[in-house]
Amino acid sequence: MEIAFYLSALVAVLATLGVITNTNPVHALLYLIISLISVAMVFFALGAPFAGALEVIVYAGAIMVLFVFVVMMLNLGETVVAQERAWMRPRVWLGPSVLAGILMLTLIATLWGGDAGRVIGGETLTARAVGSLLFGPWLLVVELAAMLLLAALVTASHVGRLPEPDKPAVSRESGARKEAS
Amino acid sequence: MNWLSEPVAASLIAMLQALVILLGAVLLGAVMTVVERRLLGLWQDRYGPNRVGPFGSLQLIADMIKIFFKEDWIPPFADRTLYVLAPGIAMASLLLSFMIIPITPGWGVADFNIGLLFFLALAGINVYAVLFGGWASGNKYALLGAMRASAQTLSYEVFMGLALMGVVAMAGSFNMREIVNAQEGLWFVVPQFFGFCTFLIAGIAVTHRHPFDQPEAEQELADGYHVEYSSMKFGMFFIGEYVGMVLVSALIVTLFFGGWHGPWLPPIVWFSLKTAAFLVLFVLLRASLPRPRYDRVMSFGWKVCLPLTLINLLVTGAVILIADPL
Repeated sequence: MEIAFYLSALVAVLATLGVITNTNPVHALLYLIISLISVAMVFFALGAPFAGALEVIVYAGAIMVLFVFVVMMLNLGETVVAQERAWMRPRVWLGPSVLAGILMLTLIATLWGGDAGRVIGGETLTARAVGSLLFGPWLLVVELAAMLLLAALVTASHVGRLPEPDKPAVSRESGARKEAS
Repeated sequence: MNWLSEPVAASLIAMLQALVILLGAVLLGAVMTVVERRLLGLWQDRYGPNRVGPFGSLQLIADMIKIFFKEDWIPPFADRTLYVLAPGIAMASLLLSFMIIPITPGWGVADFNIGLLFFLALAGINVYAVLFGGWASGNKYALLGAMRASAQTLSYEVFMGLALMGVVAMAGSFNMREIVNAQEGLWFVVPQFFGFCTFLIAGIAVTHRHPFDQPEAEQELADGYHVEYSSMKFGMFFIGEYVGMVLVSALIVTLFFGGWHGPWLPPIVWFSLKTAAFLVLFVLLRASLPRPRYDRVMSFGWKVCLPLTLINLLVTGAVILIADPL
C-alpha cells in the first residue's frame, strides 16, 4: 500500500499546483477535482476506505459540482484568462513561496523528530467502527454540527424564499424563477 | 504446467470474469437501444425498426456501422480537452460501477466493504460528464441542458443515498454480497417498499431517462448537453445512458429483489430474469409517461421524495432497535 500512498500523494500535490497555476477557471476546477480524488486514494491507502468514499461523494461529487456550476454560469471568457495570466508574474510568487518554504521546513523538522516507527497500512477501518465512534464518544460534536447545518438550511431557505404571486396568472413566471434559485 | 499455480490461475479467472462482465454490460447497453425501439413500437401500436435482418435483429449492427463511420467533428469554438474528456467520464464512471455488483455467488469483480458507497461515489463523478460536456461545447442549448442535468442529478442523488440507507441498516453492511445474503428469507422490497420506490425514481432521474430527461428535452433544448457531439463521442453518451439503465436495474435487483436468490432455476438465470424485467419497466415508463415541467421535477424531489426517505430511514431504525435492542 505504500506505493499507492506515495503515488496518489504525488498526484494530489501536482494537481493542486495545477489548480493554482492554471489560468482557465474551469480547467483549474478540474484539477481540484483530481486533487480531491487523489486525496481519497490516500485515505484508501491508509486503510480508511469509508473516509475515502465519503471524500469522493461529498467533496468531489457534490460540493465541487456546485463550484463548477457557478463558474460555468459566470461565463468567464478570454479577459479573465488574460487577467489571471497577469497575476502570475514571477514577483507575485516571491512572498507566498517564502512562507510555504517555512511551513515545509517546520513539517520536515517535525516529521524528522518523532513517529519514526509508524508504517502505512495497518488495520482497515470499517464504516461500523467509524459510526460507533461518532455516535458514541463524539455524539455531542455530531449533534452540534447537525444544529449548525440546520441553522444554515433554515437561513438558505429564508433567503431563497419566493414572494407570494399576486395573481394565479403569473404562476408560470414564478416557475421559471424557481429554476434559477 | 507448473507456472499455472493456484494464485496465478485464480487471478487469471478473476480477470476473465471482469472482462466478461465489462463486455456484457456494454453489449447489453448496445442491444437495449434496439430492444427499446422495438418495444416502444409494440406499445405505441407501430412497427419500429423491422427492415434490417429477420425482425430487425441486425438493426444494431447497421447502427454501429453508421455511428463508427460518421465524421468525428470537434467544433472550433469548443474547449478541446474537456470536450474529449466528457464522454469518457460518462462511460467509465458507469462501467466501473459494475465492479461491485455480485451477479452469482461465484461471479463478480470486486468484493468491497464499502461496496454501496463506491457506487454512490461514481454516480457523483458521473455528473461531471454532462456538466463538462455541456460547457465545453460552447453552445447555449448544451449549457442549459448541462445546468438542468447537474441540478437535477444533485437533487436526486441526495435522497438516492438516503433511500439505500434503510437497506444498509437492515443488512448491517455496505457490502453487496452481504446485502444479497441478508435477503435469503425475505426480499428487501417488502420491508423497504418506500426505499425501493424512491430509489427507482432517483435511479431514473440520475440516468436521465424519460420522464426525467429534462437535460436533453428535444422540444425545448434541441437535445441538451450532447447537441454538439457527433460520431462515437455521441455514441458514448448514448450507450452510456443505456449502460446506466442496466446498472440501475442490476442494482435494484441486488438491493431489493434478492439478487441471485430464487427457487429451482440457477442463480444466473434468476439474476438475468429480474434485471430484464426492470429494463422492460424502464422502457414501459418511457412509452407511457409524459415529461413533467422542470420546476415540478425539482419540487417533487425535494418536497416528496426527500421527506419520504427520511421518514423511511427513521422508521427502519426504530423497528430495528425495537426488534433487537442493543
